[in-house]
Amino acid sequence: MSETRNITVTVNGKRHEATVPVRVMLADFLRHQLGLTGTHLGCEHGVCGACTILFDGYSARSCLMLAVQADGHEIMTVEGIATDAGTLHPLQQAFHEHHGLQCGFCTPGILTTLIELLRDNPDPTEEEIRIGISGNLCRCTGYQNIVIAALDAARRLRSDDRGRTTEDGKRVSP
Amino acid sequence: MKPPLFSYHDPRSTADVVGLLTSLDNAKLLAGGQSLMPMLNMRFVLPDHVIDLNRVEGLSHIRERDGALDIGAMTRQRDIEFSDLVRERCPLMHEAVRQVGHRQTRNRGTLGGSLCHLDPSAELVSVAAALDATIAVIGKDGTRSIDFAAFPVGYMASSIALDELVTGATFPCWPAGHGYAFVEFARRHGDFAIVSAAALLEEDDNGKVTRASLTLGGMGPAPVRVSEVERALIGEVIAEKRLREICEALRKLEAIDDIHAPASYRQQLATVLSRRALLKAHERIGAGRKP
Repeated sequence: MSETRNITVTVNGKRHEATVPVRVMLADFLRHQLGLTGTHLGCEHGVCGACTILFDGYSARSCLMLAVQADGHEIMTVEGIATDAGTLHPLQQAFHEHHGLQCGFCTPGILTTLIELLRDNPDPTEEEIRIGISGNLCRCTGYQNIVIAALDAARRLRSDDRGRTTEDGKRVSP
Repeated sequence: MKPPLFSYHDPRSTADVVGLLTSLDNAKLLAGGQSLMPMLNMRFVLPDHVIDLNRVEGLSHIRERDGALDIGAMTRQRDIEFSDLVRERCPLMHEAVRQVGHRQTRNRGTLGGSLCHLDPSAELVSVAAALDATIAVIGKDGTRSIDFAAFPVGYMASSIALDELVTGATFPCWPAGHGYAFVEFARRHGDFAIVSAAALLEEDDNGKVTRASLTLGGMGPAPVRVSEVERALIGEVIAEKRLREICEALRKLEAIDDIHAPASYRQQLATVLSRRALLKAHERIGAGRKP
């Protein structure tokens, strides 16, 4: 019988109380116990970055943490990026418009990583974005459109136009 | 891949950690988890007890004391990266830590974890070797300090006892204006280096080297100081041609031969990266000196 602990953790602003086996990794807790399957598990040993979440505001690989370690802490997953249902966050909108994803497996980890990056550095260079997402593997896009989307998202967030126009000023259909 | 079954402990003080280490068999300390967690997931390690250090008080700090930086074992690599004190007093460490993994791993990874995991090409371990750091340890008989030179005892094995805990490390700072460079080669950004070179230099007013430190990571079981080159540099005026001659000796250094690179490739890297690091260190001399 495996040892368990009771934990209280805030995920995307919502408080959860749960009993978890102590060996369960945070990613599995989010997916299986809370049903937040947006956090993906690729390699499960800290290489692919798909499981990246924000832990107290800082990006971390949720496959390299135990659920018990989250007791008393705050987590944001990809499900928490858009503030209201039905409206994409400017970063998500930019990924949508620039084809920043194909299969979408790596996307949750890349979005959470970029949320932190753009918060800490609202005006990043292309190189800074490439270094920023170097811990996130994508096998579809070749990264080019991800970088374009991230740069555009940075512009949108700076001007706070909530992603309604494209780079050359054209209106985008909602 | 899931971690194996274990008992979990989250003590609040170093005394409690030592108590647990003394009373429990087959226990592993969990710091930032960026090495132990993958090893658990892959079941390379099967501990009966995991002692989580993340709630232990007093192990996270960066302080300057007597011309040295005293850094707590649970200080995150991120905090080292963004520390003004580290950048100003120990620029080698600042340059090195930026090459440790990725933002997501530096947010969690710790100094103590890097030192104890003791990967042969870990950047912070090389920095400890380069600066002649002292490792602070606590055990049931009290505290002791270990000179870094006596810290590694083999491949990924340190001289701390099973019932001891690393609480921090002290890195003696070089005087303002010294030259420094941390250069590494990895196949992908953020990977462990295949080979890394850490260089520190001081020169007199005539441009002659008065003090040199050169450390190679990824060559042997642990990062090594190359005293032969350090001695050869004393009294020299740094110039690329002369550096090329001096660093050529590194091609004969014993090197790891594994799936990542054959020994001859590492020897080539050691020769080239050492020259680049020393040249960069030389070019930076005087840069941090206050006018």
